[in-house]
Amino acid sequence: MAMTTGEKWFQGFAVVLSASLSLAMIYPFIHMISISLSTPAEALRPGIHLYPRELTLDAYQKALTSNGMWYGFQNTIFRTVVGTFLSLVFMSMAAYPLSKKDLPDRNFFMMFIIMTMFFSGGLIPTYLLVKNLGLFDSRWVYVIPVLFNTFSLIILRNFFMEIPSELEDSAKIDGANDIRTLFSIVIPLSKPILATVGLWSAVMHWNAWFDALIYVQDQSKVVLQVFIRRLIVENQDLEIMKMMDDQKSLNAETVKAAVLMVATLPILLLYPFLQKYFIQGILVGSLKG
Amino acid sequence: MATDRIATKGRQLIQTHFRNRIAAYVKYKYMILLLLPGLIWYGVFFYAPLYGIQLAFKDFRIMDGITGSPWIGLDNFRTIFRASSDFSTILKNTVLISFYHILFGFPAPIILALLFNEIRFKVFKRITQTISYLPHFLSWVVLSGLLITILSPSSGIVNELIKALGFEPIYFLGDQRYFRFTLVISAIWKEVGWGTIIYLAALASVNPHLYEAAVVDGAGRWKQTWHITLPMIMPTIAIMFILRIGGILDAGFDQILNLYNPVVYEVADIIDTYIYRVGIGQLQYGITTAIGLFKNAIAITLVLGTNYIVKKLGQEGLI
Repeated sequence: MAMTTGEKWFQGFAVVLSASLSLAMIYPFIHMISISLSTPAEALRPGIHLYPRELTLDAYQKALTSNGMWYGFQNTIFRTVVGTFLSLVFMSMAAYPLSKKDLPDRNFFMMFIIMTMFFSGGLIPTYLLVKNLGLFDSRWVYVIPVLFNTFSLIILRNFFMEIPSELEDSAKIDGANDIRTLFSIVIPLSKPILATVGLWSAVMHWNAWFDALIYVQDQSKVVLQVFIRRLIVENQDLEIMKMMDDQKSLNAETVKAAVLMVATLPILLLYPFLQKYFIQGILVGSLKG
Repeated sequence: MATDRIATKGRQLIQTHFRNRIAAYVKYKYMILLLLPGLIWYGVFFYAPLYGIQLAFKDFRIMDGITGSPWIGLDNFRTIFRASSDFSTILKNTVLISFYHILFGFPAPIILALLFNEIRFKVFKRITQTISYLPHFLSWVVLSGLLITILSPSSGIVNELIKALGFEPIYFLGDQRYFRFTLVISAIWKEVGWGTIIYLAALASVNPHLYEAAVVDGAGRWKQTWHITLPMIMPTIAIMFILRIGGILDAGFDQILNLYNPVVYEVADIIDTYIYRVGIGQLQYGITTAIGLFKNAIAITLVLGTNYIVKKLGQEGLI
């Protein structure tokens, strides 16, 4: 399609503008990757860092051998894998009955669940509840209190409702009960939606930090995000900010950058999937919302 | 006689009803079994904490627990609403920061979506969109780590730029005058790209014949945007705006808790951070539960009000 001169100018303007915006958005990440791979002396050089001029993996070695980092990594992987898996199992179990129109008292059960989107006991009552349940300083505090997500549950239920009942009937004729039918017929048919909901859950778990901050004191059970927070955010008051600027202890900057990269890398690796499934998710959500 | 008959008939109806009900439950026993863990979970993690709300009306003593602590009526609320309390500051901060987020952060994805929508080079468009989504997937812990480096007054790239232009470096995270500005800009950085998706979907559904007709009528690009594009995506904008208003008391807990420090508490402490800091940090359960209750009451009112308006506008509501 031929463009007029005015159109060409306009396209040029739009391209330059959005290119500079995306550059501004991605620069912090490039900077961080570059610093994490640089020698301490190079890392301290002010100005733009697009690539490491003096390449070294020292910072990663230092980061990955520190105890806190290691514990954090293990616990984060535990909650991401186990938490996501159990969420999918338990949410499918609940979504399946709710997808059946003839389920007795279905509307009541739905209300019971949906109502929780509109209120909460608040931080303090929830905190005391978790304490009374004996979940403090346990890895299960990362899994059990976030086992269900109402939005995901409803998305799952809506998907199950679309599955033709003939497919389930054939299993029933063979003598399977509802539980068998769910696990042998319905769940295998629902892989796309389970992938979507599973990725939401996995990203939530990977990024979660507040529950670990308030419920867990034991340093060997803390998650990666909290380790990063302790390292970078919590020593960030004005006093230290000024001090760090004057006399930066050498390795600190590169190690911090390496730690941040370790937390970012899995997200980058999964990025193509994340984009696809998350976008589907908000478009589905917007239709319902 | 007649009443007797009716009573018998009624009893029979009720009996049949219960028998049918029991029969239904027996028929669906495995389904109920599947549902049970979910119901118990919701009962424990959403309904049980409601019991703890009574702390708002109690003088909490650790030894006595929630049930044993003495009732003090509305004393906690009186303490909160006393002029000298921190509450007026945190309420002001919450509403103000939220207002700034809406004022600048709400239009941002709409403008960016309009920009993306104009770009004809498909590959370039895809790349820029993909980049703009990235910060959405990272936590505020990681992002604040990045921001602290980028915004550092002596070596951060932003201040390098400011100095190159001949100005004094700015302590974005340690100066009360700039902190709220930093919050708003960094929130836009995180979410603007992601926010475009819903508007791009709306833009994609605009009928292209409308533009052709406008071109025939001699409308330029700005006129097309103003008279066709914006009106066509207005329903989406309206819904998003109303939903956003419903969350006006959520001023960005995750972001603020990871970016602020005592120097800027005065301008950045919001309801949620205060509840965390004073409630869990200083064990002031009574007062902070009362503040939480106040916030939730307003939030529910806003959500229900919002829902009502959405329905009035002819859209499907939440409830």
